[in-house]
Amino acid sequence: MISAIHVIIFIFALFALSRAVLRRRERAISVFEFLFWMFVWTVLLVVIFIPDVTTIISRWWGIGRGIDSILYVSIIALFYLIFRLYVKQDAHQQAMTKLVRYHAIANAKKEGNPVKSSRPPRVR
Amino acid sequence: MAQEKGTQGGIHQIIHPDIAERVFIIIPAYNEAKVIGSVLSDLNMAGWKHIVVVDDCSTDQTYDVASRHGVYLLRHTINRGQGASLKTGMDFALLHGADIIVTFDADGQHRVEDIPRIIRPILSGRADAALGSRFLGKTSNIPFMKKIVLHIGILFTWVFSGVLLSDTHNGFRALSRRAAQRINIRQDRMEHASEIIDEIYKRRITFVEVPVTIRYTEYSIKHGQSPLNSVAIAFRLILQKLMH
Repeated sequence: MISAIHVIIFIFALFALSRAVLRRRERAISVFEFLFWMFVWTVLLVVIFIPDVTTIISRWWGIGRGIDSILYVSIIALFYLIFRLYVKQDAHQQAMTKLVRYHAIANAKKEGNPVKSSRPPRVR
Repeated sequence: MAQEKGTQGGIHQIIHPDIAERVFIIIPAYNEAKVIGSVLSDLNMAGWKHIVVVDDCSTDQTYDVASRHGVYLLRHTINRGQGASLKTGMDFALLHGADIIVTFDADGQHRVEDIPRIIRPILSGRADAALGSRFLGKTSNIPFMKKIVLHIGILFTWVFSGVLLSDTHNGFRALSRRAAQRINIRQDRMEHASEIIDEIYKRRITFVEVPVTIRYTEYSIKHGQSPLNSVAIAFRLILQKLMH
């Protein structure tokens, strides 16, 4: 039986899929990220309309209920995403430091006068 | 404006100009306007020629005070941390032909007269790195909590880096040019102290520990690092090892 929530989630999933396609076309996301999100929203569509799918998968894995599988997978995925975010953040911080360092060395002063150097600072 | 006096008093031993010419003293500074003036005065009076102050975007008058002492003055436009400031100073020093690099604190905890002692192993070629240790020398009233945290730090460094030192969180160091070029400080904040030790060990840089005296003044204790922060530092170091 199709209820209101099915319709809402269906429209949302279609919307999310379309966003992924658009972003991919703009090259704003990589092929990997595009396929990932296509997979996520497609799975959402499948699960919403055929909820038994999760039960089948869970039984195949030997876990309790369908929702358990979804939770386990989600948690693992979340940990992974957070790890990736942390790595990106760290790289970003280091890049900022390099920028600030270059600026600091290039504008070094001694007694109010700029300090000349034989070559521009090389920031590793 | 109060006249700035040297904090040591008495007659300074002046370093030979030929030696002073080769040595760059790096001083990372963050909001130390009250004391950095006297530290820089003492350094100048002792005859050090190349003093590099790196202002880590202080919100007080640190930059202005430092500019009155004839030092190389660098400024981070955004606060990046002591580790980052140190590396900025080191890169600058190497760019300008430094032969020996000394790292020195801006808060008056380090004694200027310990500098000749800490560069001696580098000058004689005995080692490429000299690490100051407050436990080898006279220990002047270390606060109890700080002592405990320091010893935990020593244990941690031993487990983490495989190096057993008597003092692992001492900002007083001397490095040869070769060592300074090879050490890569990636940690921007306080973890850099442990990272430097790790780098020394990983890159097989010869090192010695040198006894130095740390002065614990009321000012420096207030301004220092809280023991709780050390936990966060340890956590970040472990994270770095996992990621790289």
